[in-house]
Amino acid sequence: MTSPDESGPGAGQTLAVEHVIDVRGLSKVYGEGDTAVHALRDVDLTVRRGEYVAVIGQSGSGKSTLLNMLGCLDAPSSGRYLLEGLDVAYLDERQQAVLRNRQIGFIFQAFNLIPRTNALAQVELPLVYAGVGRRVRRERAEAALALVGLSERADHRPNQLSGGQQQRVAVARALVTGPALLLADEPTGNLDSTSTGDVLALFDRLHAAGRTIVLITHDDEVAARAERVVVVTDGRLHEVGVPG
Amino acid sequence: MSLVEIVRFALRGLWANRLRSLLTMLGIIIGIAAVILLTALGNGASQYIQSQIAGLGANSITVLPRQPPQSAGTDGRPLTTADVDALSDPQGAPDIASVSGVVTSSVTVDAGRASSGATIVGSTPSYFPGANVQIATGRAYTEADVAAGRKVALLGATVVEDLFGVGADPVGRTVLVNGVPFDVIGTLVPSGNGGGLSNPDENVLTPLTAVQGSLTGFGDLSQIVVQARSTEGQAAAETEVNSILDRRHGIDNADDRDYQVISARQLADVLDQTLGAFTLLLAAIAAISLVVGGIGITNIMLVSVTERTREIGIRKALGAPPSAILGQFLVESIILSLVGGAIGVAVGYAGTLVPLGDFRPVVLPSAVVAAVAVSAAIGIFFGAYPARRAARLRPIDALRRE
Ligand SMILES: Nc1ncnc2c1ncn2[C@@H]1O[C@H](COP(=O)(O)OP(=O)(O)OP(=O)(O)O)[C@@H](O)[C@H]1O
Ligand SMILES: [Mg+2]
Repeated sequence: MTSPDESGPGAGQTLAVEHVIDVRGLSKVYGEGDTAVHALRDVDLTVRRGEYVAVIGQSGSGKSTLLNMLGCLDAPSSGRYLLEGLDVAYLDERQQAVLRNRQIGFIFQAFNLIPRTNALAQVELPLVYAGVGRRVRRERAEAALALVGLSERADHRPNQLSGGQQQRVAVARALVTGPALLLADEPTGNLDSTSTGDVLALFDRLHAAGRTIVLITHDDEVAARAERVVVVTDGRLHEVGVPG
Repeated sequence: MSLVEIVRFALRGLWANRLRSLLTMLGIIIGIAAVILLTALGNGASQYIQSQIAGLGANSITVLPRQPPQSAGTDGRPLTTADVDALSDPQGAPDIASVSGVVTSSVTVDAGRASSGATIVGSTPSYFPGANVQIATGRAYTEADVAAGRKVALLGATVVEDLFGVGADPVGRTVLVNGVPFDVIGTLVPSGNGGGLSNPDENVLTPLTAVQGSLTGFGDLSQIVVQARSTEGQAAAETEVNSILDRRHGIDNADDRDYQVISARQLADVLDQTLGAFTLLLAAIAAISLVVGGIGITNIMLVSVTERTREIGIRKALGAPPSAILGQFLVESIILSLVGGAIGVAVGYAGTLVPLGDFRPVVLPSAVVAAVAVSAAIGIFFGAYPARRAARLRPIDALRRE
């Protein structure tokens, strides 16, 4: 499963660092003064390599805020975030882009596919930014689409795909660069039970193959698949431990 | 990420909004075409007028009497045949080839029942080269004709037409000039209104002595036509005319002169300056339309960035470096302006193929080069701002926007 050229920055340390994610005292405040929202307060979180973690919590508790920070899509107000032992705050924009490209696969609740672009091109996109040549790119994108069972839909545009299919394209796109860390924000929130089953089965397989997965969900059944569940309540994080 | 990929993304982005891309390009097309067309117009007009001036006789200098200013304290002296003799002296005026005294008068010319208003021009044979007059049929009058005061005449094209009809050859006929009979010995090549002071096609050319003897009396001259030895010597010839006439007319101060010197060279200089300013004005107007086109590109690129903010967010989340986003939008605007520029050049060229009246626009190659360079610069300059804005967006901010 893990592709041979998984050699982004920090790959040299991959074996040396035990924690893929190491977050200390992380806070996020939106806005200022009276309207300031403390979305995260002093959060500590470590995720070991190969762990499958579910994040649950009420709406507005700060789950997405946390995941965006873990995905280097947003910067914290204070606190430290080490990804593969690397302090993200010290990276410039270009280095963060490389990090997002090679180390992280991000799956959005809203799919976030690019309009008017077929499934194969969607999946190829991260490889284009990684500088992978055309032929290799195509092969790997086709392999990723095969993995999510969408080989027949390679030339379909987002508006020609069902919700579940779109989400599987998004998963393929997140996987195609072979990232160590997979982050998913309510990946099944918009899916029916069959599609949810498909996507979760895929996650199980990835987990079995050694990927580190952090996933947000409202669904207890989804959380039950994870090894470990953490709860976010009003910007604070609590361990729940291994679910029954 | 290679340039090829960036260009592919840019082309895809432009193609997705075909109509908008086309309309944006229209601004640049009009701007570039306007620059090429308007400078070609100025250039064509300039070349046309230069050729017209050359037709006046490049080496000729005309001296006209003039009322001196009040400060001179005198009414001045008229131009006389004695002045002509002085100017003809090869010692005093080495750069002057020939001098002819001229008497003109408005007259009525009759032949049978037909009648024509004309200007009779009495002079000497050197007037023909001096005033650049070409003979169509017959012959010019000679020194002998002048010496004998023979009443012979050459008719301008309009006069021939009025009296004898189009294409007629009146050589050998007799016409009455203010009732005095003149034998027609030749006709003049139509000048098509030489752009000068009077219309040579309405002239009747006769020996000076014939006009003086029968119509005006032996008085003052209406003008003196001087021909310089060479085009290069024209300025020197003008100086000689001035110094000789100043001496003869007792003039110390150039402002007090009782005559004025007009040359094709002076006319060319003045017209050249006027046309230069005119061409510059046209170019400025065209440049404004180019800038407006450039602002159109900025505007559309801003709209495009805003509209595709979410897409930019997705690309950044997938690991697009700022340079890739910058490149994509920058290349989009460069393609818009370069393709627009190329079409603009073609349209501008096509426009110059339409003849306007007497003259044709002549494309200035430098204007084409400048226009293309400007369109590329517009693409970079006006595309850079929206592209930088797009590249700088935080992924999450871009993704949150609807
Ligand atoms: N850009 C923002 N500006 C201001 N406040 C924000 C912003 N984004 C989120 N918030 C606030 O931060 C808090 C946490 O938001 P977050 O999106 O992390 O919640 P969540 O746990 O993901 O909720 P849900 O389960 O509904 O997705 C909320 O109170 C929200 O209103
Ligand atoms: Mg959320």
